[in-house]
Amino acid sequence: MRNSSKAFIVLVLVLGLLASVVGCAAPSTPTPTATPTASPTASPTPTPTQPPAKDIIVGVVAPLTGEAATFGKSTQEGAELAALEWNAKGGINGSTIVLKIADDKGDPTEGAAGYTRLIDQEKAVAIVGTVMSKVTLAGAPICQTKKIPMISPTSTNAAVTQVGDFIFRACFIDPFQGTVGAKFAWDNLKVTKAACIFDVGNDYTKGLSEMFRDGFTKLGGTIVGFEAHPTGATDFNAQLTKILASNPELIYISDYYSDVGLITKQARALGYKGFFLGGDGWDSPELVKIGGDAVEGGFFTNHFSKDDTRPEVQAFVKDYTAKFGAAPDALAALAYDAANLMFDAIKRAGSTDGAKIRDAMAAANFKAVSGTIKFDANRNPIKAAVIIEIKGGQQAYKATVEP
Amino acid sequence: MDLTTFFQQLVNGLQLGAIYALIALGYTMVYGIIKLINFAHGDFLMVGAYAVYFFATFIMALTNTVSPIILFILCLIVSLAAGALIAELSNRLAYKPLRYRPRLSALITAVGVSMFLEYFFASLPFIGPSFRAFPDIIKPVSYLVGGVYLNNIQLLDIGLALVLMILLFFIVNRTMTGKAMRAVSQDKDAARLMGINIERTITFTFLIGGALAGAAGILMAMTYPRIFPYMGILPGLKAFVAAVLGGIGSIPGAMLGGFLLGVAEIYATSYNSLLGEGIAFAILILVLLFRPQGLLGEKQSEKV
Repeated sequence: MRNSSKAFIVLVLVLGLLASVVGCAAPSTPTPTATPTASPTASPTPTPTQPPAKDIIVGVVAPLTGEAATFGKSTQEGAELAALEWNAKGGINGSTIVLKIADDKGDPTEGAAGYTRLIDQEKAVAIVGTVMSKVTLAGAPICQTKKIPMISPTSTNAAVTQVGDFIFRACFIDPFQGTVGAKFAWDNLKVTKAACIFDVGNDYTKGLSEMFRDGFTKLGGTIVGFEAHPTGATDFNAQLTKILASNPELIYISDYYSDVGLITKQARALGYKGFFLGGDGWDSPELVKIGGDAVEGGFFTNHFSKDDTRPEVQAFVKDYTAKFGAAPDALAALAYDAANLMFDAIKRAGSTDGAKIRDAMAAANFKAVSGTIKFDANRNPIKAAVIIEIKGGQQAYKATVEP
Repeated sequence: MDLTTFFQQLVNGLQLGAIYALIALGYTMVYGIIKLINFAHGDFLMVGAYAVYFFATFIMALTNTVSPIILFILCLIVSLAAGALIAELSNRLAYKPLRYRPRLSALITAVGVSMFLEYFFASLPFIGPSFRAFPDIIKPVSYLVGGVYLNNIQLLDIGLALVLMILLFFIVNRTMTGKAMRAVSQDKDAARLMGINIERTITFTFLIGGALAGAAGILMAMTYPRIFPYMGILPGLKAFVAAVLGGIGSIPGAMLGGFLLGVAEIYATSYNSLLGEGIAFAILILVLLFRPQGLLGEKQSEKV
């Protein structure tokens, strides 16, 4: 082949590569690039047709894949159950609710792309999502700028609702959660020396550990170790060995269930005999699968327990189990609550205008599965927390802590 | 840091290093033979781990009367076979057609094979991109020895790695095939003139290298029982650094580099949690700056 034609082919290929790189929405390695085929719903068409005026489109953003995949699945199922129940009763003021779901893969860049796609192309009038605070913090500014009301079911990091007045959440916040954990450790477990380990690249785990540390120190306890680990680490032996040299009675693990399983296992292998305590990131059926005996006897703060005897909780558990074949976890319950709150706000607003829905939402006084939800001045609900114990490989309700 | 903690961290480092050493061996062997840095090597590890996952889950669902030792040996054989198979497949399909082309093409192809394996596995419905809990083939038991906690899985990691390395040393230095491998890595054309079947030797190298990656896969899955399609990326990168540290192309160098890197990473992490992750790449830069042939490698001189 002549040199000039070779050079020409190379030039075309390089231009093609450049064009595809520029055209893709911010791809990040090693996660897959943001292609619409990753989400389970209909891929967006280049020229979106206006949906019939009858349907109300609500977007759901959740981590269907990634480090917290069970969170995403539960969130999707909780939202779907809520939509199903509303539509069975005639929808919102006669209009059918249509849910459009985006997978944020547990990654802020993917999440931001998902939010943008739901609002701009799927024409969602409201968003329920997402689960992980680090992703919600990426998506909230988008919703605030575009004046689309957004409610996160489970993002507990305090900074989320501070983004703006269109951002709400259905769960308590980490300053409260950390303090609840600290009080439980001090009052109930009677420990005086505790250590923390957390994922340094995750706003949620970092913030929660700091809140626990502050709360525990305020009660008079000593924090003998405060170790970080990089996101995606599998070997925590170095950090744990360092922590265990100071003999903590309790290790506060604010990570997600997939890391908690490994951390507890490695801690026990290093001879640790004390307590494990954590946050709502523990709530997953995979926790015991990965952690096995090591997580047995561990505690974590959560939003919801399926053993709660309130009639609305039992009705929800019964309907959810009948539809999805397994009992709901807190993620599902909160997604159910968040979706219901959003549908209720849209109904009371009587329109799909963002500002009107926002005002209706701010005035909510809703009897939810995870407790009565009333928003404070920062659009955070004032709710109780529950403490769950892992007993016999199952979640057992331990206590409720009021704010 | 007191003495007990020092030794505990040493044990932690040796365990981590054993896994890196196994992966680094495969890197170094393939590089020695065909001067290709096989970036897909970490993903052979992942294939080995998944093969064992399905095999072990299948066996454990059928019966639980199998003794853990027997089950482990069976799983090890499966992982060795799976690693070897995927390595040779990659060789046949991706690297062989480019054998006599510019080395850059083969390098880019290696990256392509790596990404293909990761995303293909992630896209398979029965695998999926998310974490999976790895079943307990051998129940972890901790022993307290002189203030230091030793885990049976840790001992297995270090022990099996050493056994495989000794086996490899035996194969490379005491058998005819090993001699052929050494000859091909020294001078491919002269070896061909001596009547050595080059492609057969390269196949053998890939099979062994892949098997070692598979073994690393099962050990990693047993030590950190959480597998997912991208689990091989970071260990693969770090093992590459280990191979460079020890001298790429040198088998004892890979073993040394692996253990050194594991220990360095653990001590760095115990000093500062965030330093540990970056220490591997800091070491890479330092080695390339000051001793590019690695600790046990030979200085490459340009033959005019």
